[in-house]
Amino acid sequence: MLGKLTWSAIPLGQPIPMAASLFITIGVFAVLGLVTWKGWWPYVWREWLTSVDHKRIGVMYVLLALVLLLRGFIDAIMMRSQLAIAAGGAQGYLPPEHYDQIFSAHGTIMIFFMAMPFMVGLMNFVVPLQLGVRDVAFPALNAISFWLTASGALLVNLSLVVGEFARTGWLAYPPLSELQFSPGVGVDYYLWALQIAGIGTLLAGINMVTTILKMRAPGMSYMRMPVFCWTALASNLLIVAAFPILTATFGMLLLDRYAGMHFFTNDGGGNAMLYFNLIWAWGHPEVYILILPAFGIFSEVIATFSGKALFGYRSMVLATMAICLLSFMVWLHHFFTMGAGADVNAFFGIMSMIIAVPTGVKVFNWLFTLYQGRIRFEVPLLWTIGFMVTFTIGGLSGVLMAVPPADFVLHNSLFLVAHFHNVIIGGVFFGGMAGYNYWFPKAFGFTLDKRLGIVSFWCWFVGFYLAFMPLYVLGLLGMTRRMQHYADLSWQPYMIVAEIGALVILCGIVATIAQLIVSIRQRERHRDRGGDPWNGRTLEWSTASPPPAYNFAVLPEVASLDAFWIMKLRGNRMPVEHFESIRMPKNSANGFVTAFFAVVMGFALIWHIWWMAIFGLVSAAITLVVFGWLERGENEVSGEELAMSERARLRPVDAT
Amino acid sequence: MHSGPPGERSGHSTRLYGYCAGAVLAAKSCVATCLAAGVLDAQGPVAAAERLILINATAIMLVVVVPVILLTLGFAWWYRASNRRAVYSPVWSYSGQIELVVWSIPAMVVILLAGVGWTGSHELDPARKLKSEIEPLRIDVVSLDWKWLFIYPDQNVATLNELVVPAATPLEFMLTSATVMNAFFIPQLGSQIYTMPGMATRLNLLADRPGDYPGLSSHFSGDGFADMRFVVHAVPASAFSAWLNRTRKAGSALSADSYAQLAQPSSHNPPQSFRSVDPHLFERIVQQTVATAVLPAAKH
Amino acid sequence: MNAEAASTELSEVTGAAARRALAESGPAPVAIVVAYGFWIFLLSDIIMFSALFASYAVLSGQTAGGPAGRDLFNLHHVGVETVCLLFSSYTCGLGLLAVERRRLDGFYLSFALTFVLGATFLGLEISEFTSLVARGAGPSRSAFLSAFFSLVGLHGVHVCIGLIWLLFTVAQVAARGPRDFVRRRLLCFSLFWHALDIIWVGLLTLVYLMGAS
Repeated sequence: MLGKLTWSAIPLGQPIPMAASLFITIGVFAVLGLVTWKGWWPYVWREWLTSVDHKRIGVMYVLLALVLLLRGFIDAIMMRSQLAIAAGGAQGYLPPEHYDQIFSAHGTIMIFFMAMPFMVGLMNFVVPLQLGVRDVAFPALNAISFWLTASGALLVNLSLVVGEFARTGWLAYPPLSELQFSPGVGVDYYLWALQIAGIGTLLAGINMVTTILKMRAPGMSYMRMPVFCWTALASNLLIVAAFPILTATFGMLLLDRYAGMHFFTNDGGGNAMLYFNLIWAWGHPEVYILILPAFGIFSEVIATFSGKALFGYRSMVLATMAICLLSFMVWLHHFFTMGAGADVNAFFGIMSMIIAVPTGVKVFNWLFTLYQGRIRFEVPLLWTIGFMVTFTIGGLSGVLMAVPPADFVLHNSLFLVAHFHNVIIGGVFFGGMAGYNYWFPKAFGFTLDKRLGIVSFWCWFVGFYLAFMPLYVLGLLGMTRRMQHYADLSWQPYMIVAEIGALVILCGIVATIAQLIVSIRQRERHRDRGGDPWNGRTLEWSTASPPPAYNFAVLPEVASLDAFWIMKLRGNRMPVEHFESIRMPKNSANGFVTAFFAVVMGFALIWHIWWMAIFGLVSAAITLVVFGWLERGENEVSGEELAMSERARLRPVDAT
Repeated sequence: MHSGPPGERSGHSTRLYGYCAGAVLAAKSCVATCLAAGVLDAQGPVAAAERLILINATAIMLVVVVPVILLTLGFAWWYRASNRRAVYSPVWSYSGQIELVVWSIPAMVVILLAGVGWTGSHELDPARKLKSEIEPLRIDVVSLDWKWLFIYPDQNVATLNELVVPAATPLEFMLTSATVMNAFFIPQLGSQIYTMPGMATRLNLLADRPGDYPGLSSHFSGDGFADMRFVVHAVPASAFSAWLNRTRKAGSALSADSYAQLAQPSSHNPPQSFRSVDPHLFERIVQQTVATAVLPAAKH
Repeated sequence: MNAEAASTELSEVTGAAARRALAESGPAPVAIVVAYGFWIFLLSDIIMFSALFASYAVLSGQTAGGPAGRDLFNLHHVGVETVCLLFSSYTCGLGLLAVERRRLDGFYLSFALTFVLGATFLGLEISEFTSLVARGAGPSRSAFLSAFFSLVGLHGVHVCIGLIWLLFTVAQVAARGPRDFVRRRLLCFSLFWHALDIIWVGLLTLVYLMGAS
């Protein structure tokens, strides 16, 4: 009746998972209870859960990312604490079965449910505004994408409460991830959560590519697009090209596990090396999917806060598209030590080094944007300077490992772990924080508290170096990754310094949360009345903060790059009358309901509850069909309403 | 600048001196530890060549990276808005000469490193035999859950979680896995290589001088992974022969049956030796025609 | 204003509109946006098939002592499947033309034929699969068979989804008439159906023809 699901799936005998489950369950019910008690459900349903507005969806993505950051970070600090004490003969407080789940969950959550939603959310919010249009190409599909991603996040966290998570690392390599060696539900939780979220991401990629290529304001040719839109284009092209590979590969592993097939098994002719090639053919573009939007954010921030146009726009565009293309030609550098032979290794090594050229060009162009600028040290710029220093070091360690014989001694060591955290934290996360601080006033109408932003930055910056520089040393000392304990006592001091670093980062996270709370409380003091708090250069700053649902009453006529900056220089005024009526899409519960059934189906498949799985799948399909059948129509916003709305936001400050 | 009474000033500078001395000591002990063990403490030609590549490549890149970091901090500070002495060029955003330099510098670094990468990949290919006048020693390696089995095919003995080899002798490894993927790694001797079920990979290493070198698995393989450690005892040739004689007189035989016992999942296995080995055992392990390990049933 | 000035103004306006590049004309019309987006989706779907094609290529020799392609493939059977599917693409195209000419009878007939041909294809494929399983050559027999069943099976799943979509599309045309949004969806359906044809040609060549030799 209930497949493999029994009461023993709840980890009653294990204190740490029980505590975590209770914490999460209480947290979720507390939030739901608060919303109910305050009577906010109609508002939440109407304005958020069924919204197809790219701005709302973008905010929800970023919120998801920040919440999952907390979960992923708790995993991290548990790992650091374990390794700080499990030296010599000591076993620490986390047995291997548990530790293995924690590092697997940490990687999975941070990549798929923190970094991806953070970047996708910022792109969702900003790109249509920068392009001067009203929404993305397919708003209802956008909502479906978000809710499918949230479903994946939910499933991963459900594994804490019911069952277990994968113990295979964040990529679930076979043969370890096959049924023979991982008979439990952990790998199934991992696979189904990521299949569901992966479909959401793919749909979002299709949406964004279509938007950028087919929907831009009149006059905005390709070379007048903001650089962030170029990096968003490159990133989403990579999503469209790479995520289907992930879906196919996980599909094959699922067929091995569920239907007894032999794609990657030890017997029957299966080939585990095939999995490595396929998963990294997705995996390498994935990291460029993450970093390219961050590069775009840094370009926007540097130009704005230097009061200067971005240096070498054409070069930046060329470099971006070069990175996009090259990212598909380097995947083997993730397994040089598999023994593919000197020619193959050398080819992929050289391709990996070549990709450092456009990246280096970008760094130089940012440098020359700062040069002879007039730099204002707002919080987004701090994150950017921190990025330029940190990412360069991470890039060095990366190009080092791109030399195959160097990789032969560094592969899978803590040196590797330090490298990828160096570029993901220093690049993607710092970019996310820069974007978060930069566009927060546009999204919510008030800026974030500057002092706490500075505290958060410095804690993250110092904490990062304390936490990861020792790992470079440990990698050189011969320590490999994913060890639950280690014998060599001389490694312990480095682990302790790393633990201290993690605690400093914790202070950074606390500061970010405090920054949000304080800023909300003091929002009237930080109110952004003009819509352009940073003296920006691109079109999103020409709207109110927050923008009206329709973004632009009249689509702007774009005559150049940095369209808004030129408009300001020419003294162009936004019109306040003679608007034609426009049509805006209505809300839709399609995304939320489909995702609900996706969770039901995923959970059922994990536990082999076949009737429930079929029910979930059929219900999701029926939901899509029903919503496709209903002609929901659009809302018409009349010319008069537009005029009133535009006049209201341009009302002089002292009149309020 | 505030200048206090003489005592206070020397107090400041004493503390500063103390911090600097502390930092230097920390760095020195760091470097000393690095050089005393691990990848940088090369004890063989493979490791030495790889260490040279690490150092050279890092040095080449630092030539670019250090100025970039200094310029970043320098520009950010000098061109701060409050510095009215700095030039402000709000519309300057292109310079062909700068573009040329900006594309050339990374390109040249990459060309240099590409050369290092190409030659290094070929010279240090794990399957490439090492040049030496001494006869190589063949060793077959099997990674099990969660221990290492070493078979000496020419000497007809085997060991578990311990590798005894003659120093200054080329070692030709053939490696496979009985269960899941692992990676065979002796940091002080150089390159690691994956071990994979159903196939054999090859590795060539050499220990210059006698010593004890720790080895491990560097590819996660399950709950007992952290204990997949072994020690490589490189000994003088005469000591190696003596060890062989001792080994042939003690311990049990390694047949297909005793191997099947051994293959059961276990960790923390103490070092053990086998007086003889079934000559076809390794071949059968590679072809997967021997008993494979079966893990205990999942708890739920 | 005089005629000369008016005509100059007019030619300036039309000239300006004509001179404006496609990239600068503002957001494209809905029909183009929808078709474009659907094309991108199809390309992503083809990439998913490519991953399975690649796996098939790697695993096609791994028969684990079991039967190989030449022992199993019946090219006559496959030939009939191919004719059905390719013909169904033709009838699908006819259906679209009929809708453009507002000849709904022609549309219903063409799409009925498309459905029958597609369902025949699917039926033949299912019978092939069941007979293979009955002979002990099911997907769990060897890596080659796993790759075969998954690759061809995924295509079959797409055909199945296509058939359901076909019914839904016909129902919408019947209920709503050939309105703009219905015709946009019809175009997407036909793109999907034609793409399945293209993938089938690849399957036919790489799996059946090369496997049987």
